[in-house]
Amino acid sequence: MILSAARRRLQSRAFADERAPEMIASRSFWADAGRRFLNNRMAVFSVGMLGLLILFSIFGNLFARWSYEEIDWNVLGRIKEDGGPSLENGHWFGVDELGRDLYARVVQGTRTSLLVGFIAGPVSVMLGAMLGALAGYYGGRLDRTVLAAYTIWLAIPYIIFFVVWQAFFGRSMSQMILVIILVNWTAGLLIVRGQVMMLKNREFVDAARMLGMSDFKIIFRHLAPNVLWVVVIYTSIVIPEVIMMESLVSFLGVGIQEPNTSIGALLSQGAATMTFGTLWQLGFPAAIFVIAQVSLFYIGDGLRDALDPKER
Amino acid sequence: MLNYTLRRLLMVLPTLLILVIFAFYLMRLAPGGPFTSERPLPPSVMANVLERYGMDEPLHVQLWTYVKNIVCCFDFGPSFSQKDRTVNDVIAQGFPVTLTYGFWSAVFVLVLGIPLGIIAALRHNGFWDYTMTGLAIFSQIFPNFVLAPLLVLLFTLSWGLLPGGGWNGGQWQYVVMPAIALGTSYMASVARLTRGSMLEVLNSPYIRTARAKGLPERTIIMRHALKPALLPTLTYMGPVFVYMITGSVFVDVFFSTGGIGQDFINGAYSRDYAILLGLAILYAVLTFALTLMVDLLYAWIDPKVRAGLS
Repeated sequence: MILSAARRRLQSRAFADERAPEMIASRSFWADAGRRFLNNRMAVFSVGMLGLLILFSIFGNLFARWSYEEIDWNVLGRIKEDGGPSLENGHWFGVDELGRDLYARVVQGTRTSLLVGFIAGPVSVMLGAMLGALAGYYGGRLDRTVLAAYTIWLAIPYIIFFVVWQAFFGRSMSQMILVIILVNWTAGLLIVRGQVMMLKNREFVDAARMLGMSDFKIIFRHLAPNVLWVVVIYTSIVIPEVIMMESLVSFLGVGIQEPNTSIGALLSQGAATMTFGTLWQLGFPAAIFVIAQVSLFYIGDGLRDALDPKER
Repeated sequence: MLNYTLRRLLMVLPTLLILVIFAFYLMRLAPGGPFTSERPLPPSVMANVLERYGMDEPLHVQLWTYVKNIVCCFDFGPSFSQKDRTVNDVIAQGFPVTLTYGFWSAVFVLVLGIPLGIIAALRHNGFWDYTMTGLAIFSQIFPNFVLAPLLVLLFTLSWGLLPGGGWNGGQWQYVVMPAIALGTSYMASVARLTRGSMLEVLNSPYIRTARAKGLPERTIIMRHALKPALLPTLTYMGPVFVYMITGSVFVDVFFSTGGIGQDFINGAYSRDYAILLGLAILYAVLTFALTLMVDLLYAWIDPKVRAGLS
């Protein structure tokens, strides 16, 4: 009964008219992928969460009654009793161990962590992708050199380089971004190299070469669009990794210089004081960290499902 | 096989040399030094101090002396910040600690991760499978530096079961939390990876053949499926060891175990060139040794790789 009703609807003129524009319209790879991504509810929800987090880090200060470096002398001696989250004195998230407003500090820390992640992550993937594309396209000695450097680099735990660099060359945010890019230049290299090696023997590249295009143009105009999906997936994996990396070194005390802060530094301070019963100092940064990581995880998952041909 | 091992070992020396030269110049070219403080030393005293540590000579001479001393006498020099201690002392004291809980952590990763992955694959879409997926996501969100405070919060502050830090000669209570904090997220990755490859193997034609022959399920899994399914996990162990070495720096600092990670961070703060260089070399050698071990094991197990090597 129901089935035949459904069939009648599918075969009706009205249905055909209704769907015609969508079926006639050309469907590019990216439009397809976009639709697949939008159908993934968890991923869309995560984009929303991440958006809220970004808004919080940009506009959160409008709702703060204290600045991130101001010390509230009224609560300083009695942080355990009076320093908790409260609506009366304007410390929405309580204060930290030095009597500074935790809300303002969390806003500032979120901004730092997100900025580091969203600048250093994509840039390092681009760098790795570029090297990978060159190595894969030209092959030969260049390829061998890049691969050797890659192997050696991966064999050295990044923390050595990171800690030394941070301790010796100051600890500003731009330094942090720079060192993360230097540590992470291997991200995405191998996979882009493989893709390019596969693509460079295809007919459209031969055609471009026969038309007399330069290598540079072939790589950036013809090969790059075809490996873009790999780069996008990889970037979505690297961004949370970079945020985690930044948090780890901040936790170790070689992150961004006080009074500026990041989520990792706040986590570390919160963890150091949790024996004194001031758990909100750990809880709020941890919650922000978890929200960021969860939403980035599901966004990455959604992008992989939407873009990877193997997943279809 | 022997040839391959030798070739790999030959690669180690130049790599180490590059690391040492790079780290040496990076540190020395930075402003400041181990003896600069808020109140500057009088120039004559400073000159004496620098001479005592051989730092009055040109950089390349210092580098040469440093490398020579390591090669001839295994001497990593005196520490700049800790009086009366050499870098060898620092390593001799801290390294066994890091190695101990690192070993137990690796045991934890393998002994729990592999069976969990296998069970999840055998009960595909069952309870254990979902538990494991949950665990994998959990561990991605709670890396060691978030997990460690949570563990202390639960096991030390709430339940009072385990000490929240320290080492105490390596009694088991003091080893448990560092090992778990260090290993959990890699345990989950190992489990996820094992599950994936096990599922793939179980769907392959030769397993169907084995089933068709009427072999008992147990034999199929133990004799036919397990070995190929574990190969990807084994390759992954190399990177895992590198990550764990990185993580151990954090665990040493957080749990105050007295391991080398703490010395490394303190060395960075006090610009103790000798300690930083010595520990960087140690970390790098450790990484090479573990990766080589994994690769050799892989070659030994996988006949295809073994044939390619000889």
